[in-house]
Amino acid sequence: MKLDSKVPSGPVKDMWDKHRFEMKLVNPANKRKYHVIVVGSGLAGASAAASMSELGYNVSCFAYQDSPRRAHSIAAQGGINAAKNYRNDGDSIHRLFYDTVKGGDFRAREANVYRLAQVSVNIIDQCVAQGVPFAREYGGLLANRSFGGAQVSRTFYARGQTGQQLLLGAYQALEKEIARGGVKMYNRHEMLELVLVDGVARGIITRDMVTGAVEAHVADAVVLGTGGYGNVFYLSTNAKGCNVTATYRAYKKGAAFGNPCFTQIHPTCIPVAGDHQSKLTLMSESLRNDGRVWVPKRKEDCGKKPSEIAEEDRDYYLERKYPSFGNLSPRDISSRAAKEACDDGRGVGPGGRGVYLDFADAIKRLGAKEISERYGNLFEMYQRITDEDPYQVPMRIYPAVHYTMGGLWVDYNLMSTIPGLHVIGEANFSDHGANRLGASALMQGLADGYFVLPYTIGHYLASNKFEKVTADHPEFQAALEAVKTRTTRLLGVKGKRTVDSFHRELGKIMWEKCGMARNAAGLKQAIQEIPSLREEFWKNVNVPGSGGELNQSLEKAGRVADFMEFAELMCIDALHREESCGGHFREEYQEEGEAKRNDDQFCYVAAWEYAGDGQAPVLHKEPLEFENVHLATRSYK
Amino acid sequence: MSGTMNITLKVWRQAGPTAPGGFEEYKAPGISPDMSFLEMLDVVNERLIEGGKDPIAFDHDCREGICGMCGLMINGSAHGPSKLTTTCQLHMRSFKDGDYITIEPWRAKAFPVLRDLVVDRGPLDRIIQAGGFVSVATGSPQDANALPIGKLEADEAMDAAACIGCGACVAACPNASVSLFTAAKISHLGLLPQGQPERYRRALHMVAQMDLEGFGGCTLFGECMEACPKGISIDFIKRMHGDYIWGAVTEKPEKVALGSG
Ligand SMILES: Cc1cc2nc3c(=O)[nH]c(=O)nc-3n(C[C@H](O)[C@H](O)[C@H](O)COP(=O)(O)OP(=O)(O)OC[C@H]3O[C@@H](n4cnc5c(N)ncnc54)[C@H](O)[C@@H]3O)c2cc1C
Ligand code: SF4
Ligand code: FES
Repeated sequence: MKLDSKVPSGPVKDMWDKHRFEMKLVNPANKRKYHVIVVGSGLAGASAAASMSELGYNVSCFAYQDSPRRAHSIAAQGGINAAKNYRNDGDSIHRLFYDTVKGGDFRAREANVYRLAQVSVNIIDQCVAQGVPFAREYGGLLANRSFGGAQVSRTFYARGQTGQQLLLGAYQALEKEIARGGVKMYNRHEMLELVLVDGVARGIITRDMVTGAVEAHVADAVVLGTGGYGNVFYLSTNAKGCNVTATYRAYKKGAAFGNPCFTQIHPTCIPVAGDHQSKLTLMSESLRNDGRVWVPKRKEDCGKKPSEIAEEDRDYYLERKYPSFGNLSPRDISSRAAKEACDDGRGVGPGGRGVYLDFADAIKRLGAKEISERYGNLFEMYQRITDEDPYQVPMRIYPAVHYTMGGLWVDYNLMSTIPGLHVIGEANFSDHGANRLGASALMQGLADGYFVLPYTIGHYLASNKFEKVTADHPEFQAALEAVKTRTTRLLGVKGKRTVDSFHRELGKIMWEKCGMARNAAGLKQAIQEIPSLREEFWKNVNVPGSGGELNQSLEKAGRVADFMEFAELMCIDALHREESCGGHFREEYQEEGEAKRNDDQFCYVAAWEYAGDGQAPVLHKEPLEFENVHLATRSYK
Repeated sequence: MSGTMNITLKVWRQAGPTAPGGFEEYKAPGISPDMSFLEMLDVVNERLIEGGKDPIAFDHDCREGICGMCGLMINGSAHGPSKLTTTCQLHMRSFKDGDYITIEPWRAKAFPVLRDLVVDRGPLDRIIQAGGFVSVATGSPQDANALPIGKLEADEAMDAAACIGCGACVAACPNASVSLFTAAKISHLGLLPQGQPERYRRALHMVAQMDLEGFGGCTLFGECMEACPKGISIDFIKRMHGDYIWGAVTEKPEKVALGSG
């Protein structure tokens, strides 16, 4: 396997223009002869499917939910970045580029990030044209807010439902194309296998989640926009169905997996309430503008009511450790600080895994009314879940898995190491390096889908000849058989434990050993524990029902089986990266408690190649060069 | 939170779209009031699987009240007893020890049951296909700020756009009308300048599609608004009627009959 990033030559600011001119075009009359499969209908998948259909391609789009509008992009709250500089506060394409590279702790490819910053401005124009109801000012122009890791105000938003409104924009464009006949939508269809013919991606195998039918779909190119794999931890802010299956199946067919260990832990989520917990809920980062984070100074005080703990007995640890950023320190740093306090025995709430986010000072300063105007909906959501009133008692929060920077490795054209397989949105390893800045995932998903892929896929199709292939081809038949065999195997174990109980146990291993802080000893242990859990899974899982019906246990079992394998790859990646960068914190590599990057040895993308079951994956390195943003240590003190 | 509760569930079970369905009763002891309603069902399902039985199928995904995938009739109310709350955001502390809870799928001719509590809401997508969009292709539209939109209009459009497409309005309506859902989209786009060129045509086509799908007519009962987890206002239905009537007068009739195909 050779990693060729295909980054165009010349100055970074001219690359995309030059490349767009150099790429081959498909004659308008020929476009409809090409069939493209898009798996995923989130911001990335829906925008790509709609845009390609508008260009004239014949598109099939797949999603596991009952409607494309329900992809997990719908849950994004805060906003989307764009270098519009509407505030006249010094923003520019270059600054957004700079902030993203630095925020990612210098582990992203400059050329891609620059292009992302360039097209960010088109995204806002496109969304407004579709009728996305962004927040506005009285003068009628678009409003902005600020987000972490930036000194300018460049985040566009629609109340606390930015992801919902952007996705509905893309969804409506998609439905328009479905009505026109350009896109055929397959809801409640789960991709279970990628099919290669002569080494080139030519289709997928899906299971119809209502009838259980396993079907082959043939195409000239395949696009994966299947989202992130945060659910490998069982508990995360992802939707219950989010999975690694599509990307992991592609990995097993030869697509390199980039930086799988880079995961983002968000500092402000509602803590776990008990063993029954099924998912975690994010509380927007914006709360940290007015809330103060603290824990008791003494362990003995942890059981007391917060109101009984005197001011001098409280440790406002973010303000103490990071005086210049205080409660607004970046995500990775704030999360680790919360963990440290709890590890020290000073956490609050059930199980001692929580810290206070206290609004008492802000309420005193601004009044409850003002606080309610700023955060009313979040306070209500918090109260609905915890039954505690944050106007009266401090919120309890704890970090939770939120986003995965890792994903399938792609070149500048968003193509993986398998010719014809393109990967967009959170599913690729992309533009965020080792840490994603707030409001940048929505931007990337839409950049990929509206403005990058529709060009690069044309270049791919125009540059290659496609033999006619049908579902009778032996490769498709073999893949169909493989899926059916796997299903039969899962159903045939008839063991004693439920799928969820395995998933929970896997999540616990990952959270403890490959979570917020990692070390060689723990990772090595995890690499021992995961295979034996996997072995038990295949011997003792109980998947009721049959394959030929709507069977939610079977769906879960397939996903968990893939997580069981993928988790090991994450740990291997985390173990090999002997440095701390962004969300990847190795306890051995720190300086006075802060992450210590090692640019001499690790300034590269780790792209892992599958080498067979039971074989160690093969590491390939894409060296990263920083010609426009200079390598520097991030400091927030 | 102290103490757990013992509750009894009466749940609609149906093996498939054409299979006969019926209620079954399940004991659910030891339920924590801090559980969400769906977490309670998770627990019941774990026990069913361990006991060698088929778990109860129900739709859900985000579990934070935004994807619109969940939706159950709980003791006869769509999404249960708490106002402005989806099923996934409902918590067991809304119930008490000893309660008897009846759980059914959305009931509407246009939403056939697929299994147990899972229904087919495909008609909602087809109503959007009939015109719930602005016909603008990806390209280079004008700069976003070249089109000022008053804050109040933008806010009102956002109120309508907040619909999550869950279908509770249909389930709650005595006529199984889908008017609130349809009106929310017609109003979101119709309130904005971008939506003006297609405003009346959109209303005609979307209303025609609702009828084609077999939803009932709207008699402004208001049950939909009571059940709606996002507080979508029934005033939008009046707005839809206005747009429809104006469209019927000004648009060519043959276009109405086309539906979405
Ligand atoms: C709670 C929350 C809040 C967030 N807030 C923000 C924010 O404010 N700003 C920001 O920029 N980012 C935010 N993010 C991150 C951002 O929302 C996501 O990274 C982004 O939306 C992912 O989009 P996507 O299109 O790549 O994937 P998704 O939206 O997750 O879509 C995945 C699609 O793939 C389909 N799929 C998956 N697997 C399969 C399979 N095997 N077979 C068939 N189909 C499959 C699904 O059905 C779905 O349609 C947030 C994330 C979360 C969880
Ligand atoms: S109008 Fe309300 S009840 Fe109806 S689909 Fe939309 S959110 Fe659900
Ligand atoms: S599961 Fe998404 S709204 Fe309830």
